[in-house]
Amino acid sequence: MSLPRALLIGYGNPGRGDDGLGPAFAQRIADKKLPGLSVEIDFQLMADHSLTISQHDLVIFVDATVACDDPFIFTELTDVTPQNLGSHSVTPEAAMALSRLLFQTTPRAFVLGIAGDHVGEIEEGLSATALISLSLAEDFFVTWYKNCHGTKAQWIEDRH
Amino acid sequence: MTEPRLIEISPVTRVEGHGKVTIHLDRDNNVEEARLHIVEFRGFERFIRGRLLWEVPVIVQRLCGICPVSHHLAAAKAMDQIVGVDVLPPTAEKMRRLMHYGQVMQSHVLHFFHLSAPDLLFGFDAPAARRNIFEVLKENPELGRRAVMMRKFGQDVIEATAGKKIHGTGAIPGGINRNLPIATRDRFLTQIDEMQDWAQDALKLARDYTLDHADLVKSFGAFPSSHMSLVREMDGALDLYHGVMRAIDAQGESIINGLNYNDYHTVLTEDVRSWSYMKFPFIQALGPVDGWYRVGPLSRMNTAAFIDTPLANLAHKELRNATGGLPNHTTLTTHWARMIEVLHCVEKIRELLNDDDLQGSDLVAKGDRRHEGVGVIEAPRGNLIHHYKVDENDQVTFCNLIVSTTHNNEGMNRAVKDVAVKHLSGQEKITEGMLNHIEVAIRAYDPCLSCATHALGQMPLQVELFDANGGLLDTAAQSA
Repeated sequence: MSLPRALLIGYGNPGRGDDGLGPAFAQRIADKKLPGLSVEIDFQLMADHSLTISQHDLVIFVDATVACDDPFIFTELTDVTPQNLGSHSVTPEAAMALSRLLFQTTPRAFVLGIAGDHVGEIEEGLSATALISLSLAEDFFVTWYKNCHGTKAQWIEDRH
Repeated sequence: MTEPRLIEISPVTRVEGHGKVTIHLDRDNNVEEARLHIVEFRGFERFIRGRLLWEVPVIVQRLCGICPVSHHLAAAKAMDQIVGVDVLPPTAEKMRRLMHYGQVMQSHVLHFFHLSAPDLLFGFDAPAARRNIFEVLKENPELGRRAVMMRKFGQDVIEATAGKKIHGTGAIPGGINRNLPIATRDRFLTQIDEMQDWAQDALKLARDYTLDHADLVKSFGAFPSSHMSLVREMDGALDLYHGVMRAIDAQGESIINGLNYNDYHTVLTEDVRSWSYMKFPFIQALGPVDGWYRVGPLSRMNTAAFIDTPLANLAHKELRNATGGLPNHTTLTTHWARMIEVLHCVEKIRELLNDDDLQGSDLVAKGDRRHEGVGVIEAPRGNLIHHYKVDENDQVTFCNLIVSTTHNNEGMNRAVKDVAVKHLSGQEKITEGMLNHIEVAIRAYDPCLSCATHALGQMPLQVELFDANGGLLDTAAQSA
């Protein structure tokens, strides 16, 4: 069975309170060594992530969010219309658009936003709310990944 | 005659951080005042107190996700002094230099290709929908690919020297914790020719733009100022990692020369203004009104006697000749200067990769413990000062940071005012293109507002327009 090449990118600044949810999640998942899954941890998305993205079949972006009432949100990226590009502010959509534009590759992509309530504070460690969200998101993701992680051919079919 | 107005640009786009520009117009629509405001607040210097000295070079990287290596190295240099080390083993210093050149190279490449290229290629007045990197890439995808690959090369150099892409631990008080394996060196050497070719192409692009648009360059955000940077102690050459402080006035005459950076506080003072959280440093001898100065790539071209790598040195001479050897004060020439530094970094990386000291095993020096240390480095955006005091329990009791964007605070405000007066005064209607002129001036300094204010990195810039009575008439906010 040919496994899809899966990539999880967890990003955020652990020195900014709950902004560190992305890296914390990525580290937990990396420790599990799930089959076929590469894990990257970064302060933020950058333009050069587009190269790594282009080398995978499935990409999961993981970031902190303050924009939802649930512990986490998980959505598929269906629109990778090019947006303006910053550096602190490279969005998953922009990173995907770069991958398509520069390397002619558009992997299937999902965004996992994990809820925190102390995003941006100059402090280390996650809040109690964030820790709960983190565990719930972790349980969800591990189950989702194991259940959906079919063959590479299936992914490509699904994409179309 | 219309009512006086105030314009705010908030938030500024395609810069690092979050800023706001306010523009006051009088009853004849002439610009009375234009200011760049920082809307976040400082806090990191307090946050770092109580930390143990050995963890400081790691923690300070959380100041900024864009130039963490600069903070890592500046803090490590300060901690070298606290552990009593003034001279590092050659392997340690060269590994740190390699890390730094990788950082400066990749930072400059991102700025030039992804943040500034849309303005330079399409013009400042081009429709906003066209003036973005994706439109550039549609016409020239090779440009974008090179930018990504050069960024990746720089990031790989950082990872090899710092240990990790983020929260690197390579530089430690008194030295470094690793050398460069031969296999890694050889991998980089297979790429270095291509990097140099691409750096030369990028330099040509920036140089040609500057010379082909000479009239615009001479009039856009151009104003005399002092300039400051580190230079190499023995001969005044450009040195991004270490040196002595040098400042020159607008005519190129020396103000500060050969100063040990431990004594920075004897020549610099940080002023505060009621309308901004960011401080305004100035040279004490000249006072708060005349003592402001600029830092960064263009300032380094002005202060350095020469560059010690051949290709970058030729380019430096050409840039200096463009102003007859006098200091260059034109904001837009910063792009040219930035690309000269990219080429210099590539040349230095090649030089270091061919130096056997990188495989040495003497990594850490020791000395007699001190209670105070200063570390200064030339970060991508300019001079960066870290100053710490540590007690007998190894805990930080004092921290002062002067980051590049803070050094450039007055310069950026002058640039905003200059462009606003030239491009907005007398206009009945303020268009998005006009407002972008102001953003172009700010972006040329590549400010990291998040870093300068030590707060969450939100990108955008806002512009707001107010009348003479303080009423908000118009707001332009652009998403990043």
